[in-house]
Amino acid sequence: MTATPSFLTEEMRQQAIGLEGQPATTDVEKGAIIKFAEAIGDENPVFNDEAAARESRYGGLIAPPTFLRSVTSSRVVLPFDFPFERRLDGGSEWEYFVPIRPGDRITAVARIEDINEREGRLGVMIITSTKTTYRNQFDQVVATQTGTSIAY
Amino acid sequence: MAEQVYWDDVTEGTEISPLVKEPTTQQLVKYAGASGDYYQIHYDKEFAAGNELDGVILHGALKNAFLGELMTQWMGPEGSLKKLSCQYRGMDFPGQTITGKGTVTRKYQEQGQNLVDCEIWLENPEGRKTTPGEATVALPSRGS
Repeated sequence: MTATPSFLTEEMRQQAIGLEGQPATTDVEKGAIIKFAEAIGDENPVFNDEAAARESRYGGLIAPPTFLRSVTSSRVVLPFDFPFERRLDGGSEWEYFVPIRPGDRITAVARIEDINEREGRLGVMIITSTKTTYRNQFDQVVATQTGTSIAY
Repeated sequence: MAEQVYWDDVTEGTEISPLVKEPTTQQLVKYAGASGDYYQIHYDKEFAAGNELDGVILHGALKNAFLGELMTQWMGPEGSLKKLSCQYRGMDFPGQTITGKGTVTRKYQEQGQNLVDCEIWLENPEGRKTTPGEATVALPSRGS
């Protein structure tokens, strides 16, 4: 048995955890919400029909639950590189607080929560957990998303 | 109008109404455009093959969106989605029917809200749960 070379030392982990990305701001356009709802194939009128949405308890259009995937992301730059070019999305965990509406100005800030090396079906993988906090123009946290990305 | 589900009528084990989706390569292109995720494994067959995939695959985030629709459709106009999570355990391919399903696992009240936790998933035509997850929704009560 040969030992697997390690790409991620404990020192590197500690350097990475807690690092934040530059804030990234997006103005939410009504057309972008409607287009996103169409792309995912969700025909709920609160996402695409202004008149119907006005009659809803939201009083107007709101964005679908995963709409924030379309806003400019805040990317954390790690102080080191890995020799992996392929990546997979491992999963996502959302928490919702305030609906997103057309005209909102959303600012995303990402933070590395955890990073680990694993040996899997695809060989050596670097698994990174990143939590993004999204705030609107009133400084309310509208949602958080914790994503898992796999580099291999 | 969409029907409303009430917290009073839900019990642990209640099934979430299934959601059937028929993703196509065209939908993947639309999703790439709408989300800004232009990773080629979602629309370029040769690139996907070079990544040892059996063809272009659905964006994980698109499957996440299907689970979002599963929940927002079930909870009705007066419900509100509090939490939504999923893990991508298996690849899904355009041209294959994908079905969102789920069951209520816990019913409780917290901070004046009537909540239910649900186990949710997407399954492929072979019945394999490629995308398991969880959701929490607040539902209206008949009394209020």
